[in-house]
Amino acid sequence: MAEYFAMGGYADFVWPAYGITALVTLGLIVWSVRAHRAVKARIATLEANNGTARP
Amino acid sequence: MSAFWSLVMRDIKLAGRLGGGPFVGLGFFIIVVTMVPFGVGADLPLLSRIGPGVLWVAVLLATLLSLDRLFQADFEDGSLDLFLMSPLPVEMQVLAKCLAHWITNTVPLIIAMPAVAFLVNLETGILGPLLVSLLVGTPSLSLIGALGAALTVGVRRGGLVLSLIVLPLYVPALIFGAAAGSGDLMGTPMLFLGAFSLASLALAPFAAAAALRISVS
Amino acid sequence: MAKSLQRFANPARFMALSGAVLPWAAAATALTLSVGLYLALVASPPDYQQGETVRMMYVHVPSAWLASAGYASMALACAVGLIWRHPLAFASAKAMAPLGAAFTFLALVTGSLWGKPMWGAYWVWDARLTSVLVLFFIYLGYIALWEVIEDFGRAARATSVFCLAGAVNLPVIRFSVDWWNTLHQPASVARLDGPAIHSSILTPLLVMALGFTLLLLVLTLFRTRTEIMERRAASLEMQQAQAGMTVRAQNG
Repeated sequence: MAEYFAMGGYADFVWPAYGITALVTLGLIVWSVRAHRAVKARIATLEANNGTARP
Repeated sequence: MSAFWSLVMRDIKLAGRLGGGPFVGLGFFIIVVTMVPFGVGADLPLLSRIGPGVLWVAVLLATLLSLDRLFQADFEDGSLDLFLMSPLPVEMQVLAKCLAHWITNTVPLIIAMPAVAFLVNLETGILGPLLVSLLVGTPSLSLIGALGAALTVGVRRGGLVLSLIVLPLYVPALIFGAAAGSGDLMGTPMLFLGAFSLASLALAPFAAAAALRISVS
Repeated sequence: MAKSLQRFANPARFMALSGAVLPWAAAATALTLSVGLYLALVASPPDYQQGETVRMMYVHVPSAWLASAGYASMALACAVGLIWRHPLAFASAKAMAPLGAAFTFLALVTGSLWGKPMWGAYWVWDARLTSVLVLFFIYLGYIALWEVIEDFGRAARATSVFCLAGAVNLPVIRFSVDWWNTLHQPASVARLDGPAIHSSILTPLLVMALGFTLLLLVLTLFRTRTEIMERRAASLEMQQAQAGMTVRAQNG
C-alpha cells in the first residue's frame, strides 16, 4: 500500500497534481452552486416585493 | 484623402498641446530603462546581453501608458460621436489616429534610442538592428493598442483593464522584436515581426472600428 | 439553420430544456470521472519509460485540451452573438470563461509538476508553455472586461470582439510544438495518422478527457442558467426602482 502511495518515488509530483485538480474542480462546482442559490434568493425577494408598492 | 491627413495633423497638434507632448513619454521611457541596472545590478556584460529586450519592454510600457488618451479626450467632448457620423470610414479614422499616436509617442523614443542605449551598455553593432526592429514592430503596438483603447473608452479603471487586455496581444511583437533587435537584419524574427505588423495593419483598424461603434452606441 | 437554432435560443425554452437535461448530464459526468479516476490511478500500468509520472498525463492533457477547446467554444459563441445578436450566446460565453481559465491554470500547474521529473525544470519559456500562459492572460482579460463595463449590452459585444481578437493565439498553441523546436513533446493523439499511444494508456486518457469535457459542459450550462437569472433579477430591480420613483413623484 505504501509502495502504491510512493508512486515509484514521484509521489511529490503525482499527488499534488491530482490534489490541485480536485481542489479546483470542487471549487468551481461549489462556486457555481453558491452563485446560483444567491441569485435564486434575490429573485424570490424581488418577486415577493413586486406585489407591494414600496415608496 | 485630405480628411485622413487633416485628422492625423489634428491629433499630432493636440498631442503637442495636451499632457506635455512627447516629453512625458520620453521621460518615462528613460526612467524605466534606468531602473533596470538598479534592479539587476551593474554587471555590464549582462546589461548588454539583455539590452535589446530591456529597451523593447520600456518602449512597450511607454506606449501602453499613452494608449488610454487615444480616444478618451474625443469621447469626453463628444467628438467621437461626430467621427462615427463622418463620411470618412471609421477604419480610416482609426488608422489616422494610430499614425498620429505612433508619430507623437513612439518616434521620439526611437530618435532618443542612440542616446539611451549606453545606459544598458548596448554593443555598437546592435544599435542598427534594434532601431530597425523598433521601426518595423512598434506600429503594431499602436494598432493593437487602438483596439484595446476603443474597447475600454469611458470605462472606470479603464487604464488598468486596457493594460490587461492589450499586453497578451503584444507578446508576439515583443518576442520577435527583442529577438530581431539582437540579431541580423533579415533573420527569421525580423520577418515574423514584419508579418505581425502587416497583419495588425490589416486587421486592427476593422476590429477597433467595431469596438468604437460598440463603445459609443 | 439559423431558424432551427432560434428554437433553442429562446431563454424560457433554454431554461426548461437545460433544467431537464442537467441532472442526467451531471450524473453522467460523475460516473465518467469516477471510472476515469479509477483507470488513471489504479487500473492502468506505469509507463515503461516515464514510470508512474505518466499518471499526471491523465489530468494534465485533458485540462490542456479543455483550455483550448473552451476558448474556441467561447469564440464561436461570441461570433454567434455578434452576428445574430442573441443574448444567450453572450451569456454562455461569459459563463464558460472562468471555467476555461481554471482549466488553463490546471494545465499550467499540472504541466509544471510533470515537467520537473521529466525535464528537470518546473518552467521553461518554450513556445507551447508561453502560448498557454498567454491564453490564461487572455481569459483573465476577457473576464476583467465583463467586470468593468457596466452596461450588459456594451460589455457583451466588447468582450466578444476581444475574445475573437485573442483567438489568433489558438493556432499558435496547437501548432507551436510543430513549428518550433520545443521541449514540450509534439502531438501524439490528434494526428492525421492516428494516435501514437498504446491503448492501455490511451483509454484512461480518453475517459478522463470525456469526464472533464462533460464537467465543462454541465457547469457551463448551469452557469448560463444563473446568468439568465441574473438578467431577470436586474430587470426586476430596474422595474421596482422605476415604480418607486413613480410613486414618489405621484406623492409629490
